[in-house]
Amino acid sequence: MTAPTSFASPARSRPAPGRGLHRFANPGRFLRLSGAVLPWLAASGALLTAAGLAWGLFFAPADWQQGDAVRIMYVHVPAAWLASAGYLALAACSAVALVWRHPLADLAAAEIGPVGAGFTALCLASGSIWGKPMWGAWWVWDARLTSVLVLFFLYLGHIALVRAFDEPERGYRAGAILALVGVVNLPIIKFSVDWWNTLHQPATISLLGAPHIFLPMLWPLLIAAIGYALVFAALVTARTRAAVMERRIRALLLAQVARAERPA
Amino acid sequence: MTHLPYIAAAYALGVLIPAGYAIAAAMRLGAAKRRLASLEPRGRREARR
Repeated sequence: MTAPTSFASPARSRPAPGRGLHRFANPGRFLRLSGAVLPWLAASGALLTAAGLAWGLFFAPADWQQGDAVRIMYVHVPAAWLASAGYLALAACSAVALVWRHPLADLAAAEIGPVGAGFTALCLASGSIWGKPMWGAWWVWDARLTSVLVLFFLYLGHIALVRAFDEPERGYRAGAILALVGVVNLPIIKFSVDWWNTLHQPATISLLGAPHIFLPMLWPLLIAAIGYALVFAALVTARTRAAVMERRIRALLLAQVARAERPA
Repeated sequence: MTHLPYIAAAYALGVLIPAGYAIAAAMRLGAAKRRLASLEPRGRREARR
């Protein structure tokens, strides 16, 4: 059980490089800030996701080869991006928690895990649904598909490991180490379509080069991706708020028990 | 529209999975706010935020 003082005056005893991060280790400050941001994140995420999906479903053109099955891309591609980006965020929080013992980073990492697993499952399921009419198979042991499946298992492993210990701090530490080790899978996912001869097509959108995608298809894809990213952020924020409150509840209950057991 | 069942299934998952997470998070947050408000008076103020 976590001590009630685990958030108290964290900056005073910390090394200088992490001091800025500890401004948000105060649970009251985090709850105030996240409480103000959360409604905007959730509303803008829901609106943009709905707009991107509706645009992709009803107004974007069909592909000359794939027909209307290309519309599955507006769900699949944002989910795939968020599966990897979510894991990167999980690893970053884990590194901050391990190096600077930032208590909110522990909680955030624990809450990113289930949301990331959900988006990875969405990526795998929507890809499988697209693969059946296009490739004639629900699943192939292609390098891209297999590495994303490994990512899903890494998420599940992190979720299980964080909850495997009676003492939460030990679970957070074990999960953080797994998260950092698992980062090696991210470049494998990214470059799997270049390193191996895969059935999955190579990247059509890159940060550095011009996109190899018809612009009327690119806009709804980007809007859906931004919308899903905001939804992801809203989910993690809401779950972390709940986790901060639950930690406070445990601390208060422990204090009540300690007071009741104290001799009069 | 070609491949309609596949498209419908993918979009249904694309809406239902995030919506399920959102409902679960809202319920968990509400329960935590109520519990915290019952345990400490300051929690009542925070729970209203």
